[in-house]
Amino acid sequence: MTDVPAGERQQLPPPATDSGALGWLRRNLFSSWGNAITTVVLLFLLLWLVTSFLNWAVVNAVWTAPNGQACRGHGACWALIHEKYRFIFFGTFPYEQQWRPLLAVIIMIVMLVTSADRRMWNQRLLWIWGTGSFLTFLLMFGQIHIPLGLILFVALAVGGLGMLLRSTVAKPTEIAGWRTLAAIGAIGIVLRLTGVLPPWSLALAPFSYVETSLWGGLPVTLILATYGLVFAFPYGILLALGRRSNLPLIKGLCVGFIELIRGVPLISLLIMASVMLPLFLPTGMSIDKFLRALVAVIFFAGAYIAEIIRGGLQSLPKGQFEAADAMGLNYFQKTTLIILPQALRVVIPPLINTFIGFFKDTSLVLIIGIFDFLNAANQALVDPNWAGFPSEVYLFAAFVYFCFCFSMSRYSKYLEVELNKGTRR
Amino acid sequence: MATVTATANASHDLSRAPSVITLKGVNKWYGQFHVLSDINLDVKQGERIVICGPSGSGKSTLIRCINRLEEHQRGDISVHGVTLSNDVKNIEAIRRDVGMVFQSFNLFPHLTILDNLTLAPIWVKKTPKKEAEEIAMSLLKRVRIPEQANKYPGQLSGGQQQRVAIARALCMRPKIMLFDEPTSALDPEMVKEVLDVMIELAKEGMTMLCVTHEMGFARAVADRVIFMDRGEIVEQNAPEEFFAHPKNERTKTFLGQILHH
Repeated sequence: MTDVPAGERQQLPPPATDSGALGWLRRNLFSSWGNAITTVVLLFLLLWLVTSFLNWAVVNAVWTAPNGQACRGHGACWALIHEKYRFIFFGTFPYEQQWRPLLAVIIMIVMLVTSADRRMWNQRLLWIWGTGSFLTFLLMFGQIHIPLGLILFVALAVGGLGMLLRSTVAKPTEIAGWRTLAAIGAIGIVLRLTGVLPPWSLALAPFSYVETSLWGGLPVTLILATYGLVFAFPYGILLALGRRSNLPLIKGLCVGFIELIRGVPLISLLIMASVMLPLFLPTGMSIDKFLRALVAVIFFAGAYIAEIIRGGLQSLPKGQFEAADAMGLNYFQKTTLIILPQALRVVIPPLINTFIGFFKDTSLVLIIGIFDFLNAANQALVDPNWAGFPSEVYLFAAFVYFCFCFSMSRYSKYLEVELNKGTRR
Repeated sequence: MATVTATANASHDLSRAPSVITLKGVNKWYGQFHVLSDINLDVKQGERIVICGPSGSGKSTLIRCINRLEEHQRGDISVHGVTLSNDVKNIEAIRRDVGMVFQSFNLFPHLTILDNLTLAPIWVKKTPKKEAEEIAMSLLKRVRIPEQANKYPGQLSGGQQQRVAIARALCMRPKIMLFDEPTSALDPEMVKEVLDVMIELAKEGMTMLCVTHEMGFARAVADRVIFMDRGEIVEQNAPEEFFAHPKNERTKTFLGQILHH
């Protein structure tokens, strides 16, 4: 052995056979005769699979054709997608008006992408979502009538939230502003309910009206998934906090709701929303089918999200709660400043997993006759002129779904790294 | 057991100081386990008390009852004349005046050191952000780690984290500090840097209740050492008397175990 004193030994490089590309190949693919043969066989198999797929999908594919007959005997019939893409994307939305859902989809994607950036996580987010959502629904409906009551309610809610959230940091003048807004809302609602104010509504009607039963394709999937999850998320947080509450009534209600909703399939919830709910409503009163589906999705996703967040809450050491208590923070401050920021970080992977799942699960609205993206694609197959090319349509649908889901998955990764910056050693 | 006021020592006369914490007949159970039995304690302003005892003797529970991290079931606890009850207002008022340092630091890992320090002043005391940051920086200087202000707790050593935890508690300008085994989770070479900060704090006249087994610290700063066993205060005395002539058999056994091992 060497007699160099400890601490003065030279650092030696690792053996050459263990490093570099050749070393990696030898270690992982050709470490023995058996492994070498397996590697070669699998490589050939892979090559054969890829070439035959490319032959079908690219080399022998038919890109344009007058009808399905012209496609027979060749590779993939992309002409079908070319012919039907507008139906697949926008369903039965009036053909000449389809620029509207296209624009709505673009707005929603821009809205989602901008709010994904962590630097946007402040009041700007409210503006982005406020304008984005307003434009999306204006484009989809074409005309929006906002009743006075709703405007007043929004004023009350915004004013109240402003008072609550800004109470500790805002100047007195700002607080006075929030108070005035809330007061106008509250007084207005009372006056409206007592009939002093007329049932007036604000009409915005730049385009022709398109009812929700004509909506279809990608905008439906995006609206159901986005707004379903946007509302389900805070709802799930409240359920999760409620489930850990010390008050037996609140705890019981939350546990009961979560178990009830989790205990039934989404399909049955959708059927309940579409068939049974109208039976309980007074005659003459009806809630839009689309809205009912959305509420069902919110309830369902909320229950699942609540359980995920509960896992995050339970993973926090007790000391975090105690330290916050000992400093004199009240429950609201403790929860929003200390507990939730940490709990949500922990549950990003399962949370995004659920989001991806629900993005795809929205297809179940087919059951109650709403045509989302997958169901619109399915309908495109019904045309007798183009019968017999299901693989092309499904492959196309799968590709579009994959784009969305894979982006979400990558975003989850980014978020994990971004939010844990500095907190790891 | 009668309440014994600290014997005045030459440098630190407490005979005329007012009481700030009073415990009268405090009892607490965990299920069937009687963790605190009939505790009577009177803490004077500026008094430094060290509480020791074997594990499970109820010493941590005792100080955690003072700021209501644990709820006692019988007896009265009052801090600055405010009696602890289920009234949230009272609890919050007491917690504003009482700072606490934990064995496991309990810094908030998602916030920088500076944010850890300014959080409570800004949200609980409504101190303007700038002022809170100035106070925080001056306290970080006092615990000798101002250069770490923008790091996260996970990037600091245990000793540094515990000093930050002390500074965080001091940010609220507490009148009383509770220490729950502040050095027990530290590597041996870091114990001193934390004790030094605590000794400084004691010299400035802070009222301190400290659960610890650091008998050197007890000798250096304590006005009174309390020995607890099985939920009772077994013996209490000024440190010189306590270490030189322990009266109770259990105290003798305990001191024998921790001083000569």
